[in-house]
Amino acid sequence: MLWNTLQLALRSIRRNLMRSFLTILGIVIGVAAVITMVTLGNGATKSVSDQIASMGSNLLMVLPGQRFGPGAVPGAPFKSADVEAVRNQITGVRLVAPVVNKSATAVYQANNWTTAITGSSNDYFEAGNWEIAAGRGFSEAEERSGKAVCVIGDTVRDKLFGRQNPVGSQIRIKQFSCEVIGLLKAKGQSSMGSDQDDVVVMPLRTVQRRLSGNQDIGRLSISVKEGASIDAAKDQLTLLLRERRKIGENEDDDFRVMDTRQIAETLTSTTRILTMLLGAVAAVSLLVGGIGIMNIMLVSVTERTREIGIRLAIGALEREVLLQFLIEAVVLSSLGGLIGIVIATTASIFLAGLMNVPYLFDPGINLLSFFFSAAIGVIFGFFPARRAAGLNPIDALRHE
Amino acid sequence: MSDAALIRLSGITKTYGSGQAAFQALKGIDLVIDTGDFVAIMGPSGSGKSTAMNILGCLDVATSGSYEFEGVKVEQLSRNARALLRRNYLGFVFQGFNLLSRTTALENVELPLIYRGEPAAERHAAARAALKQVGLDGWEHHTPAELSGGQQQRVAIARAIVTRPHVLLADEPTGNLDSHTSQEIMNLISGFNRELGITVLMVTHEPEMAAYAKRVIRFVDGRVESDRRNGEDA
Repeated sequence: MLWNTLQLALRSIRRNLMRSFLTILGIVIGVAAVITMVTLGNGATKSVSDQIASMGSNLLMVLPGQRFGPGAVPGAPFKSADVEAVRNQITGVRLVAPVVNKSATAVYQANNWTTAITGSSNDYFEAGNWEIAAGRGFSEAEERSGKAVCVIGDTVRDKLFGRQNPVGSQIRIKQFSCEVIGLLKAKGQSSMGSDQDDVVVMPLRTVQRRLSGNQDIGRLSISVKEGASIDAAKDQLTLLLRERRKIGENEDDDFRVMDTRQIAETLTSTTRILTMLLGAVAAVSLLVGGIGIMNIMLVSVTERTREIGIRLAIGALEREVLLQFLIEAVVLSSLGGLIGIVIATTASIFLAGLMNVPYLFDPGINLLSFFFSAAIGVIFGFFPARRAAGLNPIDALRHE
Repeated sequence: MSDAALIRLSGITKTYGSGQAAFQALKGIDLVIDTGDFVAIMGPSGSGKSTAMNILGCLDVATSGSYEFEGVKVEQLSRNARALLRRNYLGFVFQGFNLLSRTTALENVELPLIYRGEPAAERHAAARAALKQVGLDGWEHHTPAELSGGQQQRVAIARAIVTRPHVLLADEPTGNLDSHTSQEIMNLISGFNRELGITVLMVTHEPEMAAYAKRVIRFVDGRVESDRRNGEDA
């Protein structure tokens, strides 16, 4: 009976190609949309968290001022003494890198490129998880004397030197010439979308003396020891800086302390919300697909009811008719689901490449949307048939 | 003619609806039909002839009364048992043909054999033979849409007789056909009655078609008004 019924079901699918195609189409679109959206969303979340990891772990950033935009409280820049105080008085501190940023144009032969000049120390590379791909970092003497040497990022190398090794060459920045002593390993785009490799790093003193002309420090990058409490370090840091900056008890901080974990949480929760949003939009398309299937099934219900009447009249058992319709619905829905998964996988891989996010296969969403679509197909394909098969054959035959 | 009572109806009634709106289509039918007979059921619209036909064909059930088919009390059978009775002993021909659309003549004729679970090779052979018997040799792979009304009815007849049923039930089989085609169809049906001994029950309102039958039963207002053999005086 099963084999015969399976044959009948497959025959019926083949005979009603248009109806079968439309049924499948609804499922294909729905499944493909949901899986693609969710997969890309997951990829984006992964890429954001990867980039945050590349910023360095256990990192605290201290910036002067509080809040951006209107109502912003300006804060005085930090001084070298602050760096020393943080380094000596806060427990759990591994490294403190003072950072000054200036924008300037770097020139090499006929090429010039406007980039961010960062003044800092060797600690900057370590705190920020930077690796030196070629050449070396700063020597202590270079840091102390403020020598005109620099370590450049991959984008700057590309703009000024092409694929050539820049180590040992001289580039000109404003009025002075600067020797390239090292090349940083590329990190790629940051989670905020900026190019992290578009950077020239010099000793702090070099930048202060030759570019900014003062002793100010723009921000502090602080790396906390593995295992030490970041929260404790933050609290101590806040107290210390309030004291050093002579902030009264009822006054707000005029600086901010941020940690990477916090940034990571904010960003990943943002992308997660976006993923959910995309998934919801896609779920609507799955629903629309389902309604499409329902339409097709309802439109064909008259024809199908008469067909059921014919089958019953010539001696089909109710359960044979039902089994045939169930098989038809299951075959069509699963076929649609499988095609949807194939399309979604292809589209996800392609779009992930285009969007520069990793492709992550998510078995959960694949299974979920497959079974959801199968359920839609079975419900809308099977239940009208169940009603018809329960009729007296003559009533089914006379159905108008 | 055989003497065995194939079908025995006693006190069959059929009521549609209930309460005030109840309509009694059959008001107590007693009827005995013997194997090998060819019975035409006639009567005006609403006389209950089609209702009786549907009950005889086990497509519908009577409200009260008893229906014995080959000694089996049909009203005591389950839905599935009635389906099996239709599958194994009955063949149907309808006014509207009732073929599966977009399905070839051969596949339409094969359908009852599939439900009987016959192997593919025998099924094909039997269906081809049946189509040949109704004169549709060479039309096996045409769908109903590609066939004329007369041809579609021939396919329906082939589907009905391919299982060698004991009874062929035909409800206005020529109702949608012109007179020439109608005669061809009637010749086929009476041929199966004569040559294969298939008992035929046919509903018609056309006296010319009833003339092919051996026995004519006239229904009026839910009762049997007259029951006579063709050739006897009315």
